[in-house]
Amino acid sequence: MDEKLPPPSPQEQEQRLHEERVSRRTFLMNVGIALNALVGAVVAAPIVAYVLGPVLRRREYLAWVSVGNVSDFPPGETKLVNFRNPFSNSWDGQTASVPAYVRCAEAGKFTVFAINCAHLGCPVRWFSESQLFMCPCHGGVYYADGSRASGPPERGLFTYDVKVENGSILIDAGQIPTFRNRASAGPCPSATAPASPALVARIDPCPSPDGPDRSASTIG
Amino acid sequence: MSQSRWPRSKRVYDWLERRIQIEGPIKEAVLHPVPKSTASWWYVFGSASLTLLVFQVVTGIMLGLMYSPSAAHAWDSLQFLNHNVPAGWLLRAMHGWGSNFMVAVVLIHMAQVFLFGAYKFPRELTWILGVFMLLMTLGMAFTGQVLRWDQDSYWGLAIGVEIMGRVPLIGGQLVHVMLGGPIINGNTLSRFFALHVFIIPGLLLAFTGLHVWMVLKLGINEWPMPGRIVRRETYIHEYNELSHKHGIPFVPGAVWKDLFFSAAIVLAVMVCAAWFGPFGPKGVPDPTIIATVPKPDFWFLWIYSILSFLPPDMETPFILIAPVVAILGLVALPFIAGVGEKSWHRRPVAVFSVMFLAICWGELTHLGTYTPWSPQMTAWSGAVVPVGLLKNRTPLERQGAVVFQAKQCRNCHAVGGLGGERGPALDDVATRLTEDQLYRQVLLGGGNMPAYGSALSPAETTALVRYLETLHPNYQPAAADASRAVAAHGGAPPNTTVQRGGTQIAPPK
Repeated sequence: MDEKLPPPSPQEQEQRLHEERVSRRTFLMNVGIALNALVGAVVAAPIVAYVLGPVLRRREYLAWVSVGNVSDFPPGETKLVNFRNPFSNSWDGQTASVPAYVRCAEAGKFTVFAINCAHLGCPVRWFSESQLFMCPCHGGVYYADGSRASGPPERGLFTYDVKVENGSILIDAGQIPTFRNRASAGPCPSATAPASPALVARIDPCPSPDGPDRSASTIG
Repeated sequence: MSQSRWPRSKRVYDWLERRIQIEGPIKEAVLHPVPKSTASWWYVFGSASLTLLVFQVVTGIMLGLMYSPSAAHAWDSLQFLNHNVPAGWLLRAMHGWGSNFMVAVVLIHMAQVFLFGAYKFPRELTWILGVFMLLMTLGMAFTGQVLRWDQDSYWGLAIGVEIMGRVPLIGGQLVHVMLGGPIINGNTLSRFFALHVFIIPGLLLAFTGLHVWMVLKLGINEWPMPGRIVRRETYIHEYNELSHKHGIPFVPGAVWKDLFFSAAIVLAVMVCAAWFGPFGPKGVPDPTIIATVPKPDFWFLWIYSILSFLPPDMETPFILIAPVVAILGLVALPFIAGVGEKSWHRRPVAVFSVMFLAICWGELTHLGTYTPWSPQMTAWSGAVVPVGLLKNRTPLERQGAVVFQAKQCRNCHAVGGLGGERGPALDDVATRLTEDQLYRQVLLGGGNMPAYGSALSPAETTALVRYLETLHPNYQPAAADASRAVAAHGGAPPNTTVQRGGTQIAPPK
């Protein structure tokens, strides 16, 4: 190993550093660092835009999608429908299909519920006999009008904005509904309105935790 | 003796070493003295974590040769790996089981380091790096579950989305950044692929390098002795005394146990992989197939349980605040308790904390595995009605039994041991509720039961309640409202002691 260059001694290093501290070379090095910082910022800008792209484009995410004809949904029924997400690519495969529930409360009045449970987004199932939506994850249950019936959800099912045009039902869809992302263009439910949508004809909307209901019941 | 007469291997080695010059640092690392007490079987979990990390990198690269990170094809490519590629299933199983073992060993390593006080001065930063490495390991486990791209992955992501969406103000934006678009689709899988394959492993390897470097520089924590107090002024001197005067070289003094354990743990992974096989992929990731019961992977079941038990109004604050507090607590630990006793004999709070967390985690995982939170979606149409629950019933009562099935009551209420368990079993409900209470419960709900008032006609309700009233064992009568008998007799009988409004009614003379 005798071919190795001997490293400069600590004193030598210190001395050289001191000489270099204020010199033309040091100045040029600092300019070089500044230049690289500038170029770094130029490189970083498109990367940030690229990563945040899905947010920058979010205004475009909602579009009117047809979920079927008015005649497909007789009054009093709730049906499961699928629609192709309006913003999808060929490599999305089956994930671009989105299920939803269309409810026709009375002729000409339609409500479209998102499939996602308002608790943690699992797919709720409709039972027409008992007029309930049940969630397979933590057992959240909703009434036919989408309001919370029992279980952990804090609110009713998410709904899409609906309009009827030329006999077909259109919903304002495109993004997965969450507490902050509207399922549709209506006001964000968590921000403005209180939790659940108004009940239609219910004897007791939903048992309140401190009401007489719970104490009177020996079930559950 | 001239150099040319040395064996060829030695000459090649020298030629390389003159250019790389790495012999010195390696020798220094390998032969550095460690306190004799650290050559213990308790000190093998760190090196085993490293071994498993390397194992995961190797098997992960192998899977990368075949995996197609496209939402339309990922599931198919995993099926192809499972069934059409020689040993493809085994490679998937090795990577999956390696992941489970790695999380377990990392957690054990962390608990051991905590109980041995190894996070104290001067190893604070080593601990903090370790905290982030744990988070990255869990991040790898979660993103790996996403890459499996089956129904559980899809709905697991949906759960992630809903949690992310609860963040105040920027929740919506965060969801879009996480998903790479408006919904869970191809862009989402690409993002998680990049996270799982490039970003997190890159960071994890860099952190691991630094973590091991600091272990070498600061020395392996000595075996804690009760009464040997860590002081900033004297610790380094005391440690050097232990390692240099009474120490042994790391190789081979301590390393042989690491080698044995690493081999054993990799062998255990191989045995599990060969015996139990790969994880999934389960159902196709088609969101329109809603007949699914999503469950997270083993290491995240405890979170799933917590989310079920939290009261609704506690949920969002807890989800958003608890993780931050937990991580801050772990990071702050070496600054709060950076000196003092290391021995668990004199740190009852530390021992209790580990036991408490371990028991909580075990119990929550157990609950997450077995608790029947979900209604049993097919019980109403599929579960057998026991003969004994129909025998000797009137037509009206039998009609009630039909209502009981048809209205999906059984999805939540078992009878005869079959049916959902979200609500209580109803085999002896008549002993608990009177007729009036049954009507009230059915129509109005309450106690986490929906109200059926609008889903039942009066006739159906009557039939159902009549049937429920027959559900009691032969040796125990149905609960009855005592006041009914009173009312039937047209008021209180003459010699009663019934109190009305707190006033004793004197019997008529």
